[in-house]
Amino acid sequence: MKTAIILKREYLSRVKKRSFILTTLLLPILFIVFIFGTTYLATKSTREKNVIVLDESGMFNQKLNSTKTVMFQYSQESLEQLKQNLYNDSFTALLYIPKFEIDQKQQFQIFSNENLGTEVQSNLNKQINDIVRNERIKIAGIDAEKYKESSADMISFVNTVGKDQKTSNSEIASIVGTVSGFLLYFFLLLYGASVMRSVMEEKTNRIAEIIVSSVKPYQLMLGKIIGVALVGLTQVAIWVVFIILLGAIAMPMLKGGMAIDPDQAQALASQGMAGGEGGVPEILKQVMSGNIQGINLLSTLGWFIFFFLGGYFLYAALFAAVGSLVNEDQQDAQQFSTIITMPIIFSFLIMTAALKDPQSGLAVFGSIFPLTSPIVMMARIPFDVPTSQLILSVVCLIVGFILTTLLAAKIYRTGILMYGKKITIKEVGKWLFQKS
Amino acid sequence: MDKEIFLSIRDLKKSFGTHKAVDGISFDIYKGNIFGLLGPNGAGKSTLLRMITGIFHQDSGDILMDGQPFDGLKDTDLIGYMPEERGLYKKMRVGEHILYLARLKGLDSDEARKRAKYWIERLQMSSWWDKKVEDLSKGMSQKLQFVATVIHEPKLLILDEPFSGLDPVNANVIKDEIFRLAKEGTTIIFSTHRMEQVEEICDNIVLVNLGKKLLDGSVDDVRQQFKEHVYSVKVQNKIETYPEFVTVLQKDDYNIKFQTTEDEEPNRVLSHLISEHNPILKFQEHLPSLNEIFIKIVDATPTARPFQTV
Repeated sequence: MKTAIILKREYLSRVKKRSFILTTLLLPILFIVFIFGTTYLATKSTREKNVIVLDESGMFNQKLNSTKTVMFQYSQESLEQLKQNLYNDSFTALLYIPKFEIDQKQQFQIFSNENLGTEVQSNLNKQINDIVRNERIKIAGIDAEKYKESSADMISFVNTVGKDQKTSNSEIASIVGTVSGFLLYFFLLLYGASVMRSVMEEKTNRIAEIIVSSVKPYQLMLGKIIGVALVGLTQVAIWVVFIILLGAIAMPMLKGGMAIDPDQAQALASQGMAGGEGGVPEILKQVMSGNIQGINLLSTLGWFIFFFLGGYFLYAALFAAVGSLVNEDQQDAQQFSTIITMPIIFSFLIMTAALKDPQSGLAVFGSIFPLTSPIVMMARIPFDVPTSQLILSVVCLIVGFILTTLLAAKIYRTGILMYGKKITIKEVGKWLFQKS
Repeated sequence: MDKEIFLSIRDLKKSFGTHKAVDGISFDIYKGNIFGLLGPNGAGKSTLLRMITGIFHQDSGDILMDGQPFDGLKDTDLIGYMPEERGLYKKMRVGEHILYLARLKGLDSDEARKRAKYWIERLQMSSWWDKKVEDLSKGMSQKLQFVATVIHEPKLLILDEPFSGLDPVNANVIKDEIFRLAKEGTTIIFSTHRMEQVEEICDNIVLVNLGKKLLDGSVDDVRQQFKEHVYSVKVQNKIETYPEFVTVLQKDDYNIKFQTTEDEEPNRVLSHLISEHNPILKFQEHLPSLNEIFIKIVDATPTARPFQTV
């Protein structure tokens, strides 16, 4: 009953704050700006590279296509002279093509002042080889058009996983996995820190003693932890609505954008997702039915909320305990919280590995061990995790957060009333074995 | 005053590691009594109070409230505790804050609101209701804390340095409220360093140091117990001969301050003056102040820390 009163205050005091409204609205915008911004900057920041081509074979004259990032110029000057110019920095690289036999393997030389980067390198590789290939096709007397037609990729794959023959798409699974794992990582840190700060405030403010003369310390701690959890769920709920709205608006635009690239459109069409005009309603229908390529959005959201709450309760209790240990010294707070933050960051690293190989030993361990399981398991869920592992992970997480809460309550109870003195790890150990 | 015991502390012990914070303290507090808990810093007062409020659980010993063992879960609603180190949520508004603390003491929200309004008016704080706590002065938040401590009409009120930070006018307002509550039957434990306040307010006291009780009793009894048989007398005419049979501490033409032995009557001095036909204007016994007594006792205990007198 009293816990409910505390919970209500903790919840309302946060939700009513201007900063809550601001972060709730701004975070998705920042997220989008961040993603688009980095992509934009990544393409924008590649400087245009000037490549001078000295073509003694005459085979490539004016055939190399300049792109946004590479510009090809042809020169008839001597190699020595060009090299000299290169080292004087008047262009980026010099491609020297000697006279060569077309039906023998060759190595062309590139001179440059700096590393050219993979993009330019692969661009060159593709263009030169294409030209040589076309030349050889012509010499062999094959019709170029016919060759192109018959060498197109005819086969793509549809993965069918498990007994129920669910079709899955590992690319979409990995996107869903990454996003949910990343969000969990972000939430655990954000709300965990919020609990810690609030405990510290109560302690340094000296209101803790007044409150615990009315309620038991664990009631105060639980009320706070659950209150903040509800704040988190409120935020998630707002974002889910936001994403659905945004999705309904942006999905057709996104599809339209994709259709311009013929290769992609073809690939998508072969997977039955999109095909010019017909693809748009198809994807919308899938989103509406809560199912994209075999990934059930509703159950994913359900799991997300479970792992969010489980992971949050586990870490929030630890953060509360840490907050209760800190005196006015902010540096202490930093040091203590690092200990708690580490496994969260570690989970994030395991998650990246788990996305590459969802069935690897590390991924399986990481998704069952309760300190890492919320983030790692969440990232694996779109890939269809065996039920036995899922159950084990759920049980471990529940046992885990009950244990950390009990542990934290013991530390918290003594910690919030210890003023002035610096608290050592040894003392904390003693508190754990103290009877109430 | 009826002599009904409200709170009984029996051989209470609490240690933190090897440090014995409270080491076998016993005393009784009568209903409606204002009880002074005194002692230097680090004497174990806070630990004692935290056990009485149910924040800590004792290692051994009993706390009986109204004859029943104290129940840390249920009985907290019967207690109002204003700790020495106290704070408030800075971002909350005054009214909201009082309601919150009142509800944590088990009042429903209508009752809490009614009583909050009553107290706020009583202490002339009506205009503060919507103010933010962080905008209050120290004295103002002190008054707010007092209201939050008494709003649920506790049977036992524990005040740790309730006047620190208050100006004399507001200190008097709070003091009057304390007297009124005691008269209405609230038992009050009053913890302070300021001895003149103890003499003025408290009926009974206990002095603790280093976790042990050094002394308890009513304020008058304690002063009697430590009296040093010092008297002063004032007469109308110039004194001709001073009494030689007592130790004269101070003298001038009209006044004598003297000390007798324990079984010597001060009346002998009066008789002496009367025999000189010198009219006596004033005769008075000098009892030691609590401050003097406590400095004396605490200084006598080994490794005692200096006593704050302020």
